[in-house]
Amino acid sequence: MYNFDFARPGSIDEAATALQGEEAQALGGGQTLIPTMKQRLAAPATLVSLTGIPEMQGVCLDDDGRVCIGGATPHAVVEAEAAAHFPALAALAGRIGDPAVRNRGTIGGSLANNDPSACYPAAVLGTGATIKTNTRDIAADDFFEGMFTTALHEGEIITEVRFPVPEAANYQKFVQPASRFALVGVFVAKYADGVRVAVTGASEDGVFRWSEAEAALSADFSADAIADLSVPADDMISDLHGSGAYRAHLVGVMTRRAVSAAT
Amino acid sequence: MPKDSGIGASSKRREDLRFLTGEGRYTDDINLAGQAYVYFLRSDMAHARINRIDTSTAENMPGVLRVFTGADFEAVGGIPCGWQVTDRQGNPMQEPAHPVLARGKARHVGDPIAAVVAETYAQARNAAEAIEMDLDELPAVVDMKAALADDAPKVHDELDGNLCYDWGWIEDNKAATDAAFEAAAHVTTLELVNQRLVANPMEPRVAVGDYAKHSDESTLYTTSQNPHVIRLLMGAFVLGIPEHKLRVVAPDVGGGFGSKIFHYAEEAFCTFAAKQLRRPVKWTSTRSEAFISDAHGRDHVTRIELALDAENNFTAIRTETYANMGAYLSTFAPSVPTYLHGILMAGNYKTPNIYVNVKAVFTNTVPVDAYRGAGRPEATFQLERVIDKAARELGVDPVELRRQNFITEFPYATPVAVEYDTGDYNATMDKLLEMIDRDGFEARRAESARNGKLRGLGVNCYIEACGIAPSALVGQLGARAGLYESATVRVNATGGLVVMTGSHSHGQGHETSFAQVVADMIGIDESMVEIVHGDTANTPMGMGTYGSRSLAVGGSAMVRATEKIINKAKKIAAHLMEASEADIELKEGQFSVAGTDKSVAWGDVTLAAYVPHNYPIEEIEPGLEETAFYDPSNFTYPSGAYACEVEVDPETGKVQILSFAAADDFGNIVNPMIVDGQVHGGVAQGIGQALLEQAVYDENGQLVNASYMDYTMPRADDVPFYRVDHSCVTPCTHNPLGVKGCGEAGAIGSPPSVVNAVVDALQRAGHTHVTHIDMPLSPSRVWQAMQG
Repeated sequence: MYNFDFARPGSIDEAATALQGEEAQALGGGQTLIPTMKQRLAAPATLVSLTGIPEMQGVCLDDDGRVCIGGATPHAVVEAEAAAHFPALAALAGRIGDPAVRNRGTIGGSLANNDPSACYPAAVLGTGATIKTNTRDIAADDFFEGMFTTALHEGEIITEVRFPVPEAANYQKFVQPASRFALVGVFVAKYADGVRVAVTGASEDGVFRWSEAEAALSADFSADAIADLSVPADDMISDLHGSGAYRAHLVGVMTRRAVSAAT
Repeated sequence: MPKDSGIGASSKRREDLRFLTGEGRYTDDINLAGQAYVYFLRSDMAHARINRIDTSTAENMPGVLRVFTGADFEAVGGIPCGWQVTDRQGNPMQEPAHPVLARGKARHVGDPIAAVVAETYAQARNAAEAIEMDLDELPAVVDMKAALADDAPKVHDELDGNLCYDWGWIEDNKAATDAAFEAAAHVTTLELVNQRLVANPMEPRVAVGDYAKHSDESTLYTTSQNPHVIRLLMGAFVLGIPEHKLRVVAPDVGGGFGSKIFHYAEEAFCTFAAKQLRRPVKWTSTRSEAFISDAHGRDHVTRIELALDAENNFTAIRTETYANMGAYLSTFAPSVPTYLHGILMAGNYKTPNIYVNVKAVFTNTVPVDAYRGAGRPEATFQLERVIDKAARELGVDPVELRRQNFITEFPYATPVAVEYDTGDYNATMDKLLEMIDRDGFEARRAESARNGKLRGLGVNCYIEACGIAPSALVGQLGARAGLYESATVRVNATGGLVVMTGSHSHGQGHETSFAQVVADMIGIDESMVEIVHGDTANTPMGMGTYGSRSLAVGGSAMVRATEKIINKAKKIAAHLMEASEADIELKEGQFSVAGTDKSVAWGDVTLAAYVPHNYPIEEIEPGLEETAFYDPSNFTYPSGAYACEVEVDPETGKVQILSFAAADDFGNIVNPMIVDGQVHGGVAQGIGQALLEQAVYDENGQLVNASYMDYTMPRADDVPFYRVDHSCVTPCTHNPLGVKGCGEAGAIGSPPSVVNAVVDALQRAGHTHVTHIDMPLSPSRVWQAMQG
């Protein structure tokens, strides 16, 4: 690790100011960034920790009944505090990494990083959540722009994520055996106006919505409704843990299992 | 009734108190005054010509003491290989130079090219980034068969191609074996890969070199399974330091699994640099470095054929194996695919004709050497897989096919030149079947099917050879070392004992089990016996711990030394009681005169030895300290039968192990709890190989999964609760304890039963085309196999 300066602002405004510095980098729980720095693959001049900002912490319900999670809330807190309002989201948070990861890693950090195998992007895209930053609101459908790429501007901070609570939802994760990130993860959410299906881990383009399955499930929310559907293997990740064809196959399996579990 | 002390008791591991409370003293805990740190600049190319290394900028960086390159080591030797294999034509293997720091070429990713010593580790690492290297990347050879092509790039330019040796065992068997195949009623053939593994001990390697000017003495603190071997190899072959000027200390070591047997370049570097700089020099491996610098294990590609007659008797076994040596010959690398593999190819079966061919190959990869089991897992896996395949082809019960061919009379001389002294393979198989309720399997399978899962049962046997010996034989086979073990027993005046053993404990619990043996022999409390190991300054020359040899060989040396102590103590006791030595009996710490009520306590005798006022001084010397070296007359041959039951998710290919049972014959048992633990750990590693682990190189020689993000280690939820049994006992006939060794059995015996179980599950589900799946049986591979 190279030397760096460290700032731990107490408010979003202070954090935004600090992030305007030369080579400044926001630090959530550091579960990706710190190992990367230790390998000397990243060398920010200043790390701006977002974990000391009270307004970016915790889980609450807003007036519209949406579950609002502060951008610097660790997964373990989401697991505990969202359980009563949005069990599928709490369950997802409870299966990220291991206890150490869940007590350090944050929802904002995960979304800003947009690892193609991370779990949270599936929940956010699968619910059509709103990502609130220090400057604007971003719809989930506009946020994810491919592997490790998002709509966030330089220095922009995810302050909160607002999830509309579905009538029924489930997340199925088939783990990559070593990292236990999602080899394929599927979030299915049923709303009054339709069903959303988001897939993580599988695609070279990062998290994506499986619109064909959404249409079928919106008409008939049952595993049988998508029994004959499949995603093309061409754009799927192929690596030592599984071929593109295997991942494409798992998308179908995990989606059906998510639907079955949600009904 | 289970015993509560001595041999046979499950005494709690005394060393665990310090390990579990953070009081262990590991090599990285050693920090010497004035210590400097080294960072190794390693090749990130698998094969490259080193045109120029410019260290001038780096040398002027803050805190830098000196930058070393290969040129600094021209005057010293290279890393030696400890075993020379002779090929089919009677010629010695090709043995390349292995410089401490690369000279001329870098030959694998991780090969150290330069080393920066600085006041701090960060300074050393910063300076390493300022080293300018002019390298030409060369085409890499990774695949073994490709490496043997005429036009393949050569890993070592000075050698004649990339073939290390082409070995036949036994060459005289070849014609008869080929003839037996001609005459066979049935031949089953299997091609398989025994994949490359990374040992991954919890504690990464560490070395601290020190030099004392006043005494001209060098000291190396290192994470080693065999400090005396390191002292000999490094002192005599690399640095030219005589043993009396070189001390090697291996304190608490956090697991080795073979990877800490070998002499590594970093050890020689730290010792050398400490003397050059007159400063202690420390290196602590990062986990990332461990992946590309610790010796790897396995990496065999094998074709095995089994011939049977019309009555399903095995008539011949023929194998051809390509064994990856990596870029250099690690310490015992050549012996693993040969004398730890070929000689075990008879397994538990009376097959009259066996011929084994092994081609060892250099590639641009990390060197491969012994890893828990070392050669024996590779032998067991192919044999037990091909037998299962044969049973399926012939439509016979795989257990009965094995039983029919079991060796039942001992001693048994195999066609591959070893003699099994004892064993009872039917007994362990009977025990196993008693443990697993085989008759109930069909009902369990039906239950799984109702839950949408495919259930399978796999069974296999294994035999291993532990305590490789005797020295005279292994010398003939090319070992450049003896394979005895040593112990010094020092009795103190007040009766306590210190046993200084040449064995080394790095997780095996020697401090407990060795103490049990000595305490039992004398009849004193275990707490009166202290086991000292790991420091060449205070232990006799020993060969260390690997190959499940410590109790069988090291324990035997300890028994012999303790017998000498008891014999001398009896003379003293006879003198004190004015009796004949022949009438003295030792029981529960009391010396008594047979047929009388006269006795003296152990402590009275030990005190007399050191305060010899009333003492047979004309007959014996004062003091009570004895040393013994024990050189076994044969290997020991633990054996057993293992079973695994799995469920396969037909939609995802995910394998879940539901139960695992192990029935082992380890001979006599000193500490049943420790033996259970050794089997548990071994099976976990075997399951790791069967389902999870594999070091994957791409065609450019890059290790694709060089971190835990992609290299899958077994976790608690990957393994079941084990059922283990070691009540079947045929004591070893040639060592005083009748013990055989248990450290590697689990890793040797478990992979075939896991794979047999998965193949069984798929076969029963109608995937009859699936006769084999190469390890690891990851979900994607199992799913792919089901797709046909």
